[in-house]
Amino acid sequence: MLSDNPDSAQSLWGINNDSLEYNPNSNRTRFGIFMTGLVSLFTAIAIIPLFVVLSYLIINGIEHISFNSFFELPPQALTQDPGGFGNALIGTLIMVGIGLALSVPIGIMAGIYLSEFSHPNIAYWLRFATNVLSGVPSIIVGTFAYGVLVVTFKSYSAWAGGFALAILMLPIIVRTTDEALQLISQDIRQASVGVGANDYQTVLQIVIPSAVPAIVTGVTLAVARAAGETAPLIYTAGFNQFWPDLKLQALSSQPIASLSVLIYQFGISPYENQQQLAWAASFILMILVMLSNIVARIATTKRNF
Amino acid sequence: MSFTNNSASRTIQSRSAKERTLNTGFIVFSQIFAWSVAGTLIWLACLVGWQAIPAISKFGLGFVFTSSWNPPQESFGVWPEVYGTLASSFIALALSVPIGLGVAIFLSEDYLPTPVQRVLVFLVELLAAIPSVVFGLWGIFVLIPFLKELTPLKSPALLPAALVLGVMILPTITAISRDAMINVPQDLRQAAYGLGATRWETIIQILIPAASSGIIGGVMLALGRALGETMAVTMLIGNANQVSLSLFAPANSIAARLANQFAEASGLQVSALMYAALILFGLTLAINIIAQLLVTRLQKI
Repeated sequence: MLSDNPDSAQSLWGINNDSLEYNPNSNRTRFGIFMTGLVSLFTAIAIIPLFVVLSYLIINGIEHISFNSFFELPPQALTQDPGGFGNALIGTLIMVGIGLALSVPIGIMAGIYLSEFSHPNIAYWLRFATNVLSGVPSIIVGTFAYGVLVVTFKSYSAWAGGFALAILMLPIIVRTTDEALQLISQDIRQASVGVGANDYQTVLQIVIPSAVPAIVTGVTLAVARAAGETAPLIYTAGFNQFWPDLKLQALSSQPIASLSVLIYQFGISPYENQQQLAWAASFILMILVMLSNIVARIATTKRNF
Repeated sequence: MSFTNNSASRTIQSRSAKERTLNTGFIVFSQIFAWSVAGTLIWLACLVGWQAIPAISKFGLGFVFTSSWNPPQESFGVWPEVYGTLASSFIALALSVPIGLGVAIFLSEDYLPTPVQRVLVFLVELLAAIPSVVFGLWGIFVLIPFLKELTPLKSPALLPAALVLGVMILPTITAISRDAMINVPQDLRQAAYGLGATRWETIIQILIPAASSGIIGGVMLALGRALGETMAVTMLIGNANQVSLSLFAPANSIAARLANQFAEASGLQVSALMYAALILFGLTLAINIIAQLLVTRLQKI
C-alpha cells in the first residue's frame, strides 16, 4: 500500500528516508526527552515528602525524648514537666494485642476457607467483600465499634478500641493468608491426601506450615497499620492521663490512652511541653511502624513489592 | 515383594466417625469465619444506618444541603462538610494523579536498573506506612508555618489539608498504576517499537490505554481513601463550619466533623453524626466497589 503512493504516505506520516535514522532534533525525540525528565522529576517529588517528614521526626523526636519518656505519665498543661508516654505505650500494646487476638484466628481461618474449601464463585464474592471492608474509612469503623461496644459498656474501653483495630486488621490478614496459601503448590496437597491425610490434617500439618512466613508478614503489616491508627480510637478508647488498670473488668469500663491519640491530643494542644511529647511519641510510633514494615518485607522474598 | 503382600493383606479401614466429624467441623468452622468477614461489613452498614434513622426521619435529604450545625436548637446539616470533603479530595487527586502516574511509568518501564527501581518502589511504599496522625503533626508544625511565609495562608485551611492528603494517596495511585503497567503484555510494547514508535509514543498511545482500567481503579481507590481520611485532615483543615471557595480559608470534612464532635455528642446529635457517617460510608462504598471491579478486571487480563 505504501509503495503504491509514496507521496501520500510521506504527507500522512511526515517522514522521509532520513527519519529512519535517529534524529536528536526531531520533535518526537525532544518530546521523549522532555517526558523522561518530567517523570524523573515527579519521582523525586514523590520521594521528597518521605525524607522531609522522617527528618523532622528524627530531629524533633530525639531532641525531646529521654529514657524517662518511656516510664512516666503525660505532663499536665502549664508545667515545665516533660513527662512521658509510658501509659500510652502500654495502652497501644494492649489494644493491638486485643486486635490480634480477635483478628488472627478469624482471619487465618477465613483465608483457609477461601483458598482451600470454597467454591470459586463464593470465594470471588467473599474476597470482594474483604477488599471492600479494607476500604471502609477507619473513622467509620470507629463509629461502628462505638455503636457495638461503647453503647453496651456505657464507657470508652480497651475492648472497644481493640475491637475497632481488629476490624481494620482482619481484611489484611484474610488477604495475605489467602494469597500465601494459593502460592503453595498443589503437589504437596495431593501428596498429603495420597498418604491418607484428610482435609484438616493436610491444611494444618502441611499447607499452613509452608505458608507461615507469608502469613507472619501479613500479621506484621496488620500490626503496623493498627499501631498507627488514631481515628477509630478517639471515641472508642478515648484518652487517659493515668496508668491503665490491667484488671479484666477495668478493660471494659475505663478509657485507655494510646500513642496515636496522645499525638493527636497533644499535637493540637497549645502547651509547649505537651507538643514536645507529641513529637517524642511520634518518633517512637514511627520507629515501631517502620521497623515492622521493613522486617515484614525483608522476611518474605516471594513477594515482589 | 513381601512388602506389597504384607500391606495388601491388611484391610483398609474407613475413617473413624470421630475423625470424619472433626474434618467436617473444621471446614464448617472455617466457612463460618469466612462469612463472618462479609457479615461484619453488613453488620457495620446496618448498625450505622439504624442509629442514623432518627436524624434521617427528621432532616431527610435536606441534611446534605443545610449548613447549620446547632446542637442546642437541634438543627443539623452537613453541606460545608460535604463540600470540604469533596474539595480536599479532588485537589489532592489533581496533584497526585499526574505525579503518581509519572512515578508509575518511571518505575515500570526499565528506565532504571532493577535494584535501583526496587529501592525506589520500596521508598514510595514506605510513604504509605507513615501514620496519618504523624502527617497531621508534621503539617501543624512544619507545613503550615512554611505555607504562611509563602502564601496568604493565616491559619489551618483547605490547602495544607489537601496537600498532605495528596502525599498520602500518592502510594496507592503509584502502586496500582505500576502493577497495571507491568501487566500489559510485552508483545504490545514490541509491536509498537516494531512499527517505529518511540518509547513515549508507545507509553502514551499503547500502554496507558491498555492499562487504563487498572489506572482508573487505582485512582478510585485513592479517592475512596482521601474521602475517608481523618486525622491529617482534622488537624489541618481548620474545622470551620463554612463554605468558602478560597484555598486559604478554613473548611471542614465529614470525617473531621465525626472526629471532633462524636466524643461530646448526645441525643439527636449522635444520630446526626451517624447520618453523616452513613453518607461518608455510602460514598466510599460506592467508589470502592467500582474500583474493586476495575482492579479485578485488570487481574483477569
